[in-house]
Amino acid sequence: MLYRENGQFKTTYAADQQIFTIAQDKWFVLGVVAFAFLAVPMLADEYMFRAILIPFLILSLAALGVNLLVGYCGQITLGAGAFMAVGAYAAYNFLIRIDGMPLIGALLLGGLTSAGMGILFGIPSLRVRGLYLAVATLAAQFFCDWAFLRIKWFTNDSSSGSVSVSDLSVFGWVIDAPAEKYLFCLGFIVAFAVIAKNMTRATIGRQWMAIRDMDVAAEVIGIRPMYAKLSAFAVSSFFVGVAGALWGFVHLGSWEPAAFSVDRSFQLLFMVIIGGLGSILGSFVGAAFIVILPIFLNQFLPALGNLLGFHISTAAVSHAELIIFGSLIVFFLIVEPHGLARLWAIAKEKLRLWPFPH
Amino acid sequence: MKFRALALAAAVSAVGLTSATVSTAAFAQAKEQFFPVLVYRTGAYAANGNPWANGYVDYLKLVNAKGGVNGVKISFEECEFGYATDRGVECYERLKGKGATVFQPLSTGVTFALTDKAPVDKIPLVTAGYGRSESQDGSVFNWNFPLLGTYWVGADVAIQHIAKQAGGLDKLKGKKIALVYHDSPFGKEPIPLLQERAKMHGFELMLLPVAHPGVEQKATWLQIRQARPDNVLLWGWGVMNSTALKEAQATGFAREKMLGIWWAGAEPDVKDVGAGAKGYAALTLQHSAEPNSKVVKDMLEMVHAKGQGTGPKEEVGSVLYMRGLISSMVAVEGVRKAQERYGKGKVMTGEQTRWGLENINLDQKTLDGMGFAGVMRPVQTSCLDHMGSSWVRIQTWDGTKWTPGADWYQADEKLLRGMVLNASRKYAEEKKITPRTPEQCKQ
Repeated sequence: MLYRENGQFKTTYAADQQIFTIAQDKWFVLGVVAFAFLAVPMLADEYMFRAILIPFLILSLAALGVNLLVGYCGQITLGAGAFMAVGAYAAYNFLIRIDGMPLIGALLLGGLTSAGMGILFGIPSLRVRGLYLAVATLAAQFFCDWAFLRIKWFTNDSSSGSVSVSDLSVFGWVIDAPAEKYLFCLGFIVAFAVIAKNMTRATIGRQWMAIRDMDVAAEVIGIRPMYAKLSAFAVSSFFVGVAGALWGFVHLGSWEPAAFSVDRSFQLLFMVIIGGLGSILGSFVGAAFIVILPIFLNQFLPALGNLLGFHISTAAVSHAELIIFGSLIVFFLIVEPHGLARLWAIAKEKLRLWPFPH
Repeated sequence: MKFRALALAAAVSAVGLTSATVSTAAFAQAKEQFFPVLVYRTGAYAANGNPWANGYVDYLKLVNAKGGVNGVKISFEECEFGYATDRGVECYERLKGKGATVFQPLSTGVTFALTDKAPVDKIPLVTAGYGRSESQDGSVFNWNFPLLGTYWVGADVAIQHIAKQAGGLDKLKGKKIALVYHDSPFGKEPIPLLQERAKMHGFELMLLPVAHPGVEQKATWLQIRQARPDNVLLWGWGVMNSTALKEAQATGFAREKMLGIWWAGAEPDVKDVGAGAKGYAALTLQHSAEPNSKVVKDMLEMVHAKGQGTGPKEEVGSVLYMRGLISSMVAVEGVRKAQERYGKGKVMTGEQTRWGLENINLDQKTLDGMGFAGVMRPVQTSCLDHMGSSWVRIQTWDGTKWTPGADWYQADEKLLRGMVLNASRKYAEEKKITPRTPEQCKQ
């Protein structure tokens, strides 16, 4: 009744090729973005920004990058953490070694460096595929862990191996309050989400999807696998690299290679799988699930215990958190193997028929 | 089909609830001094994190049992972070809103991450026996308190001890000393000082990193077998320590020639190796295992006998339990000192507590009166010196228990001060901090 495109006629090709062809969709998404930009900075408190919203946004961006590669191009990667590290350390080096380097410039150059690394480590994808490729990308992870721990130059000869960045500012706008950091990240993520969405609708995205669905057939109809696969690696690594730079600069402030360990790679891959492969929305939902749920459980369980009148020890809460989180992952994968984003799609389909489903 | 829909709806709404419930932080208790407690009772380092946390919390309970700090009761809340830096920062953000007095993260990684945040939030960061070594310079690091000792103190004393065994600092020439370290900021901290000492005395320093969590050390000990260093310094934490001792046993490296940092000298590190670790020595952060001290007896009587103990009774007095207890004690004494200036019987803010921590003056008589006779030596901090003391003993594992040696060591003040100032000035320059002058300190 409410959600129906009846009466919305498209009279031009441009109207037919919009991202959101249904007006309700368009207004809803614009509303969410406006809410995030205007209302959230006024509503959320510092804890919300620093512990939840900022990590969520940055990891969404990383998940988006991983989704382009895994979900759209079908190349499994376990090196996302490494590309985040490359982005973070490259941006750090650009910032401190080049005088007058603007912050955004450093972040984007970090992303570009990461894209270069992505192409390099994407070369094996031309020969191996599937699980074998996953193992090959794992090499990127171990190589980067090693490089940033051992090669002193990358960390500016810091004796502890930990580097830090402070005094972030863009065109005179000093980013230090949590709300400002949030808005800065939000700006990045919105811009990159629009880029990603458009890429997946354009030639390049269609090429990736053709490769994903059947690479031999794609080659037969004239898609160059080398170009398609390596471009997917480059674009994905660029996204992930920028996310890594934001993670280091904005979220952590000071970091060591352990912040981008193999655990991070797995975490990003899980976000994409749980959120929904080949879905922009899925990246956000997956990131929300993985970032927010453990923190929620960690605070909710003791509160629940108190409500029921017994005290749960810290260790028990932590164990329960892992158990519940794990079982929810299994549950969602069984009930909805296409990811949480698919639930949203189903809901929309149902809503279209509502209230007369037959 | 119906169940599936129901279950899905329930799960989705549970996730959706998140944002609603998470923001229900902040329930400030006005009349209580709130101590946030960052702990790791799970994960790879739980065996060591647990006794520390129990000691920390038990001491707070003991203070309450004795009537609080001049009548102000202490409240506390634990937050589990599993030694992961990002979760540690989340815990910090969560608990700071509740009026935190001090933070003690027991993780050098988290300390690095919080060092930039503490000045903004005006909460002191107490890192007793860990953290950044240069943060001893209180004029630059206004909010960091590496009380009782830093890794540079540990490294310095370790070299002094080895020299003493060899018969003097000049005997170190031509020797080969290997540092087996946890490959993280924690393990890398001592390297600059050791390099400085190596230059001064002409010994060769071998650096052997071990990746987290430290269960894979075969290659490291193969290198040791080949290079045959005269001494091995063990800079490990958690399971890395017992693994190193087992590997030393397997490669036949004499345990007597191994010397651990104070985080590699507790019961969980050697218990599993038992007699195999006999002769292994470790530094102490003043105290060793102190089951016979008065404070432990008080603890058993006033807290554990009433069923209020946090951990098992057998653990009270063990090395890491005492470390937690002492960490807790210095923070409480900071609050007590602050009350002298800002009003007895009042709840102190983070800023006021910082003044207290900068002016701690625990002489031997006070310490003895508090039940720390034989456990600790005097500590006196100032605005410029946030460490307070650098007393270290060497304890040896005899196969069943730790026995502290009679000698007390102190770090070489001249060498240490110079390095601390160099590093802290460099940090101040990077971060554009103007160091406080002695005049500003008096305010």
